Amino acid sequence: MNQPVQMRRPKETGVPDNKPYLHPVLAKNYGQWKYHDRPRPGVLHHVSHSGDEVWSVRAGTQRQMDVHTIRKLCDIADKYAESRVRFTIRSNIEFMVSSAEKVNPLIAELEKHGFPVGGTGNSISMISHTQGWLHCDIPGTDASGAVKALMDELIVEFKREEMPNRVHISTSCCEINCGGQSDIAIIIQHTKPPVINHDLVANVCERPAVVARCPVAAIRPAMVNGKPSLEIDESKCMCCGACYPPCPPMQINDPENSKLAIWVGGKNSNARGKPTFMKMVTSGLPNNPPRWPEVTEVVKRILHVYKEDGRPWERMADWVERIGWQRFFEKTGLPFTKYLIDDWRGSRASLNASTHIRF
Amino acid sequence: MAKKMHDTPNLDQLEDGPWPSFVTGLKALAKDKDYVVDLLGQLETSYRTKKGYWKGGTVGVFGYGGGVIPRFTELKDEKGQPVFKDAAEFHTLRIMPPPGMHYDTATLRKFCDIWEKHGSGLIALHGQSGDIMMQGCTTENVQKAWDEINEMGFDMGGAGPAVRTSMSCVGAARCEQSCYDEAKAHRTVVNTFLDDIHRPSLPYKFKFKFSGCPNDCMNSIQRSDMAVIGTWRDNIRTDEAMAKKWFARHSMDQLVNDIVARCPTKTFQLRQIKDVRSGPSISSVAINDTHAIEIDNHDCVRCMHCINVMTGALAPGEDKGATILVGGKRTLKIGDLMGTVVVPFMKLETDEDMEKLVDLGQRIIDFFAENALEHERTGEMIERIGLASFLDALEIEADSNMVSTPRTNPYIRTDGWDDEVARINAKKHAAT
Repeated sequence: MNQPVQMRRPKETGVPDNKPYLHPVLAKNYGQWKYHDRPRPGVLHHVSHSGDEVWSVRAGTQRQMDVHTIRKLCDIADKYAESRVRFTIRSNIEFMVSSAEKVNPLIAELEKHGFPVGGTGNSISMISHTQGWLHCDIPGTDASGAVKALMDELIVEFKREEMPNRVHISTSCCEINCGGQSDIAIIIQHTKPPVINHDLVANVCERPAVVARCPVAAIRPAMVNGKPSLEIDESKCMCCGACYPPCPPMQINDPENSKLAIWVGGKNSNARGKPTFMKMVTSGLPNNPPRWPEVTEVVKRILHVYKEDGRPWERMADWVERIGWQRFFEKTGLPFTKYLIDDWRGSRASLNASTHIRF
Repeated sequence: MAKKMHDTPNLDQLEDGPWPSFVTGLKALAKDKDYVVDLLGQLETSYRTKKGYWKGGTVGVFGYGGGVIPRFTELKDEKGQPVFKDAAEFHTLRIMPPPGMHYDTATLRKFCDIWEKHGSGLIALHGQSGDIMMQGCTTENVQKAWDEINEMGFDMGGAGPAVRTSMSCVGAARCEQSCYDEAKAHRTVVNTFLDDIHRPSLPYKFKFKFSGCPNDCMNSIQRSDMAVIGTWRDNIRTDEAMAKKWFARHSMDQLVNDIVARCPTKTFQLRQIKDVRSGPSISSVAINDTHAIEIDNHDCVRCMHCINVMTGALAPGEDKGATILVGGKRTLKIGDLMGTVVVPFMKLETDEDMEKLVDLGQRIIDFFAENALEHERTGEMIERIGLASFLDALEIEADSNMVSTPRTNPYIRTDGWDDEVARINAKKHAAT
């Protein structure tokens, strides 16, 4: 008789302690830091109350990394950075070194292997992004490829600190927006209601859950061709795609009609004004792999105007607050259409209830 | 040597240009792995047809109910067989990183060895949830890879209607703005809820995030159900030598235009030294022989701007702690929500303080589990029931710091007003 296979029980250890992984200077000066400055773009210099100093060199990565790339980064860390690295929330890698002399050779080594050094201060940092066609089950577009195409164009600003303030960009492959709030966001905007595969709904979808998922109550149960299915009131549907994840037969992705929208002015920081949501400023851009040139053109145009016109320390949202939306659309050449007037809940708060108008 | 590569004319174009290319990385893996050859084949198809071809399913590891993101190909031929059979399964393991995402190279190399052996060799550092994403594994190999990763001391992250993997900023490890021990709070809180991470049974996802100061580098206010954001109650600290050094390297124009004019409450003022006020809420520091900065801290909202501009010359106070905001989320279903203040300030220094934070998280999750509708986030639940009901249930006292303004409409039944005032006064009286 076969013995039953003994399965290994998981060790439910949770979030590991980071102390063993800290660079020795960071571990020694934990909670004791006094200030920092930036000797050059891509380098942070932190000084402790103890007098200890540490230089952090930040480099861009492709985020989705093959093991060879990670091992190369490890080789560099072993050679220069006491075998310690850390990653930022925007998938940049940081190498900490305990003497200023190590900074330039480390930068040279990183650049030699194709890792751009930058992403600090008033730069355009790496784009925060999602999974896309590579791994997601509901993507309207790709993420890694769109980011690669954009960063190829923006790398000069990644390596410099010449923007009015830091610029965070995100991309998202559906309206769930896993990329998050940012100064500029590129997000799929579907333009047609889902096409329903009625043969599959009854077997694949929990229909009441799908009905409940719709933000505008446009979905209702129906019998179609003798089978239990769902139908959509297309006059109500605003094509958000919320029904698609719980019910894949509600095919929302459309190679031609799923477009890209661009949003600006989101920020999470409390610095100066309160955190802000981003606002849609254009839509209808084609989903055009492998390099999405139409999206890149608009993003670069917005960034160019912001760089020319923004004052020091103005984030995208601060800049627009000063110049007003009318001038934003004028300067960027983007058309203001009726689709940009909010009509979702709470929308009156976004209307101009004043005579404050710039001429 | 792996099998012959498929033609990938679209993906090839993503090898051009100066930014590091994930396609080049995938092709390097494909030299040894049929798995990645076929992955590139499917991805190229997506680039050609503009359609995604993965569907979910059920794949897990023994003992846990979540943490693996299953992916099966939907790209089939007319016989129903996968077009790219070697990449028919492409599951991801979500692994929780150490706070602040610090690593030694031995650990990263071990991840690489494990993933080269059992998976595709593609690792995302990190996913939007904060996980180490070990991307691309067959159903058969998921358990093998997991066993080895778990033996390294790493645990699986959350997926589905569960407490999710958390993130904390670099914080006390390397940042002068840190207002609490982010890593300690992160581990203490999240490791309390491991059962809710590994066995999804909540109405929907629940996220904690930990930022050490109001710059909120973890984007916690809009990306988490419970945001722990560092702040302080006492006065901004000053350093005269560094203030003078800053001014010597900058100018009066910059001081006025970049800081004075950008202070959101206009409490940051420039004064002649002879006119500088003193008092328990005043911070002041000379910038040269004639002028000084004066900040009335009662009017300061701790936005961080002046401290960001003059780091070292100005610093957060010493009576540090955190503000807790609840309910942040992105679009679906009712629209974007920022987290809003539920606890204006709490100390996070002692183990007892940390226990209070854990207790708050526990009570919020318990209430969420019992009261949220299916697929409803905390922010949506609070929007539905009103913040006052939420506070009542959690026995948290209402506080004017929780609102931008008081109510602007009369649509509230107020016959409990006198009792409420009496209760507040009695509580105040008892405290004195």
